Amino acid sequence: MTKIIYVEHNGNSHTVDVENGLSVMEGAVQNNIPGIDGDCGGGMSCATCHVYVKEEWFDKLEKKLDGEEDMLDQAYEPKKNSRLSCQLTVSDELEGLIVNMPEKQV
Amino acid sequence: MIKTDALIIGAGPTGLFTAHQLKIIGLNCEIVDNLDKAGGQCIELYPDKPIYDIPAIPECTGEELTKNLLDQLKPFNISFHLGERVDELKKNESNWEVKTNKGKAFLTPNVIIAGGVGSFEPRKFSLKECEKFEDKTIFYSIKNKKIFEGKTVSIFGGGDSALDWAVELAKNSKVNLIHRRDEFRGAQATLDKVHELKKSGKIELFTKYQLKTVKGNGNLESIDIEHENKEIKKLETDYVLGFFGLIMKLGPIANWGLNLNKKTVDVDTEKFETNQKGIYAIGDICNYPGKLKLILSGFHEGALAARACFKLARPNEKYRFEFTTSSKKIKERLGVKGD
Repeated sequence: MTKIIYVEHNGNSHTVDVENGLSVMEGAVQNNIPGIDGDCGGGMSCATCHVYVKEEWFDKLEKKLDGEEDMLDQAYEPKKNSRLSCQLTVSDELEGLIVNMPEKQV
Repeated sequence: MIKTDALIIGAGPTGLFTAHQLKIIGLNCEIVDNLDKAGGQCIELYPDKPIYDIPAIPECTGEELTKNLLDQLKPFNISFHLGERVDELKKNESNWEVKTNKGKAFLTPNVIIAGGVGSFEPRKFSLKECEKFEDKTIFYSIKNKKIFEGKTVSIFGGGDSALDWAVELAKNSKVNLIHRRDEFRGAQATLDKVHELKKSGKIELFTKYQLKTVKGNGNLESIDIEHENKEIKKLETDYVLGFFGLIMKLGPIANWGLNLNKKTVDVDTEKFETNQKGIYAIGDICNYPGKLKLILSGFHEGALAARACFKLARPNEKYRFEFTTSSKKIKERLGVKGD
C-alpha cells in the first residue's frame, strides 16, 4: 500500500492507500474520488484521468510513452506538468505523491 | 414517424453486432449515431491500434473490426441515421417515441442503448468568453470553407485536423497555426507541407503557445496567446478554429429516467434491461456485478437483449432458439442457400 494524495480543483484533499501495481487513476476510481473519470478504462485512449504533478515528483515518475502527450493535447487545460494518471503505476517510490486535478475532465 | 421493432443508439461494435442478432431472429431495426460514421470508439479513438482479444481474431485494428462487422451486416438492409443524436425518449402506450436532434422520430417497443461512454463531441476552448463567438467566428468544425477566403484564420491544435486545415486554408487565407508543444502528431507528409508553407510565409507557426484571451465586440478582433514561459503575443484574427479531438459526453441519456451509476446505466443480466421496460443498455455503457468493458462482453449482452426485444416486438409469437448452421429460416434471412 502506498499513500497517494488526490487534490480536487477546489482544494479538497483525499489521502488514500492504494495497492502497489494499480495505476493512480484506478486508485482514484476505486476509492470514489471525484474529479478523475478514466472513461476508457486506462488505455491511454481518452484524456479524462488528467492530473497535474508537482515538479519535485515529476522526475520520479515513469516516462511518458508515445501517445500520452498526444492524448494530453486533447485534455482540459494541459500544462507542462500534466500527466494521465492511468499511466502512473503506484509503487513504494511514490509514497506521498500529490496529484492535483484540473477544473474538469471534459 | 419511422416504425421499427428495435432502435439501436450507437453504431460501435456492440451496436453493430446487436443489429445482426436482431436481423437473424427476424426483427427489423434502425441505428442512430452522433458520429458521421459507424465504428464508435474503435474508429474514433483507435482506428490503427491493434486489438488482441476479439474471440477467434488473433489481431485486428479498430478499423478492420468495424469493416468486418459492417460486412457481416451486408445481407441485411439496415438504415443508419448517422450524424444524429437521440435527444428525447417518451413513453407512448406500449411503445417508445424517440426523437433526434435533427427532428427525426421513431416509434418502437424496444430501445437498445449501445452508447459507449456517451456521444462524441468536439472538445472546446476552456475560455468562457469563447462561447459568445462560437459558430460565428470561433469554430470546432468546418462546414463552409469559403467564409475564410481572404481572411486571417488562427488554428489551434496539433493533430491531423489542425494540420490538414492549415494546409488547405493557407491557399486563400492568412493562417496562424498555434500548438501547445513543438511536436505535432499528424501525418509526416502534411507536417512537411506545413513547414514548406511556413518558409514561404503562408503559415505562421506558434508552438508552446495556448489561447489566453479573445477580444472583440460581436466580431472577433484579436486574440492573445501565451507561451509556456508566460510571454504573451497579440494576434489580429478574423476567425479562430480549435481542433482538440473529441470528448465523450453522456448527454441526453442522463435525462431519460434510467438508474445511473456514475456514467453507466444499471441493467439486469438476463435481458440487459434498465429500470424502464423496453429500454436496454449494452456494451461499455451498462453496469452489473462483474461487468467487463470488453468488446466481447458487448457482443454477448447484445445477443441477449435482442432475444428480449422479440417478446415486445412480437407479443403473439413464440421465440424459438435456432443455430445459424442449421436453421432454414435464418439462412433465408441471410440470403444463403440451405442444404
